[in-house]
Amino acid sequence: MTDFFVNLGMSYEWAWFVATVCGILLIALPLMLGVAMIIYADRKIWAAMALRRGPNVVGPFGLLQSFADGLKVFLQETIVPTAANKGLFLIAPIITFTVALMAWAVIPFNSGAILADINIGLLYILAISSLGVYGVVISGWASNSKYPFFSAMRAAAQMISYEVSIGFILVCVILYAGSSNMYQIVEAQRGFGLGIVNGFFFNILLFPIFVMFLISSLAETARAPFDLTEAESELVAGYQTEYSSMSFALFWLGEYANVLLMCTLNAVLFFGGYLPPLDIGFLYVIPGFVWLLLKILFFFFVFSWVKATVPRFRYDQLMRLGWKVFLPLSLLFVVLTSGWLMFTRFAA
Amino acid sequence: MVELSQYLPIFIFMVIALGLSALFVFLPMGVARLTGAHNPDAEKLSEYECGFPAFEDPRSQFDVRFYLVAILFIIFDLEAAFLFPWAVSLDLTGWPGWITMMVFLFELIIGFAYAWKKGALEWE
Repeated sequence: MTDFFVNLGMSYEWAWFVATVCGILLIALPLMLGVAMIIYADRKIWAAMALRRGPNVVGPFGLLQSFADGLKVFLQETIVPTAANKGLFLIAPIITFTVALMAWAVIPFNSGAILADINIGLLYILAISSLGVYGVVISGWASNSKYPFFSAMRAAAQMISYEVSIGFILVCVILYAGSSNMYQIVEAQRGFGLGIVNGFFFNILLFPIFVMFLISSLAETARAPFDLTEAESELVAGYQTEYSSMSFALFWLGEYANVLLMCTLNAVLFFGGYLPPLDIGFLYVIPGFVWLLLKILFFFFVFSWVKATVPRFRYDQLMRLGWKVFLPLSLLFVVLTSGWLMFTRFAA
Repeated sequence: MVELSQYLPIFIFMVIALGLSALFVFLPMGVARLTGAHNPDAEKLSEYECGFPAFEDPRSQFDVRFYLVAILFIIFDLEAAFLFPWAVSLDLTGWPGWITMMVFLFELIIGFAYAWKKGALEWE
C-alpha cells in the first residue's frame, strides 16, 4: 500500500505512515462492525437452536439490532459508584478493548496482507491474551463490590489456568511449523495432509491438540460451558455488575472481539488460515481472505452451537479439567510430537 | 533476522486503539450530560448487592487457593517460555537438545506430581 501513496507524490516516510494508519483502520473498523454483526448472529443461532426467532424487528431480519443496542447504551448514563476507585474503574474497559483490538496486528489475512510481520507472532498473541486478564481483574477490584470482586478472582484463575495448556499447545504447533511467524505457520500447512489437504488438523498427533485448543479457547474467552465469571445465579452479572452505558458495552465488544480472535486462531493454526481447504489449483481463484472469513464463521458457529447445547461447568470441575486433564495431556503431546519429529524429520 | 521496524505498526495500532476506546468511554459521559440522562443520586451510586446494603468490606478476605493457582501459573508459564526457543531450533540441536529438554520436563513433572499429591490442584 505504501507504493500507492508514494505514487500520489508523498515522501516515503509519510507514505509509509499513511499506509500503516489506513491498514490499522482497515483492521479495526471492520472488526468492530464484525463484532456488532456477530453478536446478532450469536443471538440468532442461539434462538434457532431453541426453536424460536432471534431479534427480527429492528431493520430487515433484525439486522440492525446490534446498532440499535449500541445507540441505546451510548445515550445511557455512565454510573460511577461512590465506593469505586474512579480512575481504575474507567481505565479497565479501555484496557480490555485496546488489548482485544491489538492482538489482530499479527493475523495474516491473505498472503501479503498482514499489519506487522514479526517473527514471534504467536508469542505476541500469547502475551496480548495474557494482558486481557488485567482489564477484568482491575474492573472487578475497582468496583469495590463483593460480586464483581469474586468474579474477577474467578476470571483471573480460569484464564491463567487455561493459558498454561494453550502455551504447550502452541509449542506443538511451532514444532511442526518450525517457526512462530504467523506466515510460516500458515505456509507450513500447505499440502500438509497427504499433499492435498491444507491444515494441521489432518495429522493424527495434531488433531487431539486441535480439540484441546478449541475447548481451551472456549474457557479462555469465558464462553458457554465455562462462563462462570458471569454466572447470573451466583454472581449477578460478574465483574461488569457496576458498569453501565458504553463502558459496559466495551466489555461486551472486547469479549466478542476475543471470541473472534480465538476462532481466527483455530483457523490459522490448524485449518490453514487463508489457504483453501484442499491444495487444488482452481480453489485458489477465491481470494484468501474469503477462505479465512469462512473458517472464522464456521468456528463461530461452533462456539454458538456449544453455547446453546451445553450446561455450565461447576468451578471445581473447570479447574480440574484445566490442571488435571489438559495440562498433563498437552505436556504429553509436546513430548510425543517432538519425539515423532525427531525420528521422522530431524533424524540425526 | 530481527525486523524491529515491524514493531512500529503495532505501536501505532496501540495508540489508535487506546484513543478509540478512551473515546468510547468518555464521549457518552459528555453526551449524557448534554441530553440530561446524567442524573446521579446517592442511592443510584451505592454498590449493588442484590438490594441489601453491603454487609462488609468486599476487600476483606479471599480464598488462598487463588494464590496457589497464580503461583503454579508462574511456574508453568516459565516452563512454556523455555519451550519456545527449544521448539523453533529442534532441527539444529538434534538428539542432545531433545534429551536435555526431556530431562527438564521430567523434573517439572516431578514438581507437578508433588503439587497434585499435596492437593494444590483440588477445589474440593
